[in-house]
Amino acid sequence: MNAAVLEGLLQVAMVVLLLGSVLCLDRIGRGPTAPDRTVAIDILGTLMVGFCCVMALWPYRTDAAGQPLFQDYYMTIAIAWALTSFVGTLALAKYLEGRSYDA
Amino acid sequence: MLETIAYWVFGIGLAFDLLGCIGLVRLPDVYNRAQAATKCVTLGTCMILTATALFGFGSNWSLFVKGIICAGFVLLTSPVGAHAVCRGAYISGVPLADVSVEDSFVQRAEEIRKERDLPSEEVRREETEAERT
Repeated sequence: MNAAVLEGLLQVAMVVLLLGSVLCLDRIGRGPTAPDRTVAIDILGTLMVGFCCVMALWPYRTDAAGQPLFQDYYMTIAIAWALTSFVGTLALAKYLEGRSYDA
Repeated sequence: MLETIAYWVFGIGLAFDLLGCIGLVRLPDVYNRAQAATKCVTLGTCMILTATALFGFGSNWSLFVKGIICAGFVLLTSPVGAHAVCRGAYISGVPLADVSVEDSFVQRAEEIRKERDLPSEEVRREETEAERT
């Protein structure tokens, strides 16, 4: 695996994900109703999981043969982020629906 | 070979993410936005996670297993969350866009509002009109 090619792809990925996050932030700021903002926050959380993948693959370190070594602990952050963002979205949805949180 | 596949899957996933976010900004109402954004971004992020897992295949099994688990979680939780938000949006009275052609949830939503002692559609509309003026 070529570390330079991988780094080029990851730089493109960083730019695209940042652009997507800016579009989400635009919707969070502008969205006329509360559900608009909730959806945009949910999508922003899913994009963060993508950022965690990029950080996990970033070739900071290479071994003796020039192969990149990956930071797999970032994937643990990705799993935790996916689950907490889901719980937050469900709580906001229940609030929108006018139900109590434990029913 | 596996790396080439992983590069392509990663790139296609990125394209899906970007298109989903453009849909989030450009579409006319909550339901359209949630539909576009959730479907595209869920699939795109799943593809990115699968590509990450493929990069770890054979050399870094921890990355592989965590990537597959996370893809499963995203695939399960993201549509459920979006469904809950859309349902909440409808019951709390967010109107459809003017270009919508059909609305088959009207009666059921009114029943749900009655069950939970929430104000009905007419009351809500009058309230928002009063707020505006």
